[in-house]
Amino acid sequence: MRAASGLSRTGTQGRPKPAERIRQTPISELGIVGAAVGAALTGLRPIVELMYVDFSGLAMDQLVNQAAQNRFMFGGQARVPMVMRTQGGSGRGNAAQHSKSLEAWFAHVAGLKVVMPATPADAKGLLTASIRDDDPVIFLEHKLLYRTKGEVPTGEHVVPLGSADVKRAGKDLTIVSWSREVLFALDAAKQLGSEGIEAEVVDLRTLVPLDKDAVLSSVRKTHRLLVVHEAIKRAGFGAEIASLVAEEAFDDLDAPPRRLAGLETPIPYAQHLEKTVVPQVDDIVRVAKELVA
Amino acid sequence: MDKKTALDLYRVMRRIRDFEERSSALFAEGKVWGTIHSYAGEEAIAVGVCAHLRDDDWITSTHRGHGHCIAKGADLGRMYAELLGRETGYCRGRGGSMHIADTSKGNLGANGIVGGGIPIATGAALTAKQLGTDQVAVSFFGDGAANQGGFHESANLAALWKLPVVYVCEVNQYAESLPVEREFPIKDISKRAEGYGIPGVRVNGLDVREVYKAAGELIARARRGEGPSFLVAEAYRHEGHYYGDPRKYQTKEQIEGWKTKFDPIAEARRWIVDAKLATAAELDAIDADAIEEAKRAVAFAESSPLASPIDLPGDVYAS
Ligand SMILES: Cc1ncc(C[n+]2csc(CCOP(=O)(O)OP(=O)(O)O)c2C)c(N)n1
Ligand SMILES: [Mg+2]
Repeated sequence: MRAASGLSRTGTQGRPKPAERIRQTPISELGIVGAAVGAALTGLRPIVELMYVDFSGLAMDQLVNQAAQNRFMFGGQARVPMVMRTQGGSGRGNAAQHSKSLEAWFAHVAGLKVVMPATPADAKGLLTASIRDDDPVIFLEHKLLYRTKGEVPTGEHVVPLGSADVKRAGKDLTIVSWSREVLFALDAAKQLGSEGIEAEVVDLRTLVPLDKDAVLSSVRKTHRLLVVHEAIKRAGFGAEIASLVAEEAFDDLDAPPRRLAGLETPIPYAQHLEKTVVPQVDDIVRVAKELVA
Repeated sequence: MDKKTALDLYRVMRRIRDFEERSSALFAEGKVWGTIHSYAGEEAIAVGVCAHLRDDDWITSTHRGHGHCIAKGADLGRMYAELLGRETGYCRGRGGSMHIADTSKGNLGANGIVGGGIPIATGAALTAKQLGTDQVAVSFFGDGAANQGGFHESANLAALWKLPVVYVCEVNQYAESLPVEREFPIKDISKRAEGYGIPGVRVNGLDVREVYKAAGELIARARRGEGPSFLVAEAYRHEGHYYGDPRKYQTKEQIEGWKTKFDPIAEARRWIVDAKLATAAELDAIDADAIEEAKRAVAFAESSPLASPIDLPGDVYAS
């Protein structure tokens, strides 16, 4: 935790020992997330970690009713500069209660920011920006990305929240994605490239704030949109992207926007079943071809 | 108790009672929107506790929060302005009665979620601990909130980390329509403190002297770095759960009788006069001052412009 200017403080008698800046907590998701809200309101910049996003339900009141809304409800009197880090996503046989992708829950709450890195460099840059941000940030890490390797800039590296990244340029269609599916989309784009279809891959990196311009300018160039995400399709964030494009770039489209997303089921356990419910590289290649056909 | 302390406590209790009566009248006139919850009958608790707090100490409050807010030093004009949806209100009309906060005085807000403030006060106490200050956090909450998981998680966490927080449970005999005997399998809920290894103290919340004394010890203890504690104060809710509550779950004796039988302000007048700390006339003068002060505050609110809707979305995020 880090001190920051906040509400008035007097009587400072000295700093605690550095070891206390990282605290192991009892298993009290509501209690520790609430403590982070209180610490953030009173001048710290806490980072609170939940083991899995699936457990966030236990802390949801503090995230949704308190952290997200305090500033607004109090007429701007407060800031809640906290980060809740947690892991989400499937692919490790952890089954239904340890594998979900719940970004749409958080993106639907006015007052929260939602960050989902896909690469090691972005993870560093976005986490730095999230810690420095004066609003509550939900920082969602896909559990299978912990094993990926990539160049990471040493020293100061900040990726501003709300800046998408074109991870691959192309002219035939735009694939908008985030988190682990970005890597799938890049693999798919490579395959498509060998067949003469040039896909542009836009990694949103943050869902809130959303870099609308990056999405719209890509679609205005390629005239086709495919959104890919692991979370279930129904009321998923892909619907937000598809409707953004339909509302603001309809005339630029040469085909209806497509969404490729998780099946509307909990994540199953068995390895072969688990793969069938979330989009795989082959699925992206297939739908991309349909879209440009 | 010395004269100055006694009269200060009395004055703030009066100020709160007047606020509750006056805001109910404004509600009846149709000037207040939404819901308000009267703190009448429970004044001695907020006042006895907050008398020990500095402006840089923190509190978290509840839906029944006017009393805590006033006891922590809020400006009455800005409170009325909030109820009336004015730009000069504490929350510029975004919060209303259930969300008044005054961060300049360490009030981290009333809270529409029963028990919602308890983990937050615990986090404020964590700030004091991390920074090595002698600030203290107090969380006020009702008997109903003592059955929320957040109370238990927070009490355990605060005890484990020795955080400077005092949990103050205001037992006003009801959670909405549910009487305490149907909320708890035990009579004395201060005993729950034992399970967390922290002091638990139960006081008569109608006697501001008792609250003042017990809270003083627990707050001083927290300030010295000796950790959290649990204060349970028993009182009676004079009004319904909210303004307009038909109170079908109460008897006539409870509705009419409790107000006079269990009144912390009448009680204070009694012992102040008996102890010759002040005459009834002096107390009447304090009452008259409270009325004048409140009239000025309402006039300020009523003459303030309505809250502007222009930058509503702009107030959601700090950056
Ligand atoms: C989490 C939650 N559950 C239910 C409610 C509805 N509710 C508002 S006040 C209240 C009663 C609270 O009782 P208590 O904590 O004793 O406070 P009191 O109203 O008596 O001051 C209830 C159930 C709520 N606001 N929040
Ligand atoms: Mg109650």
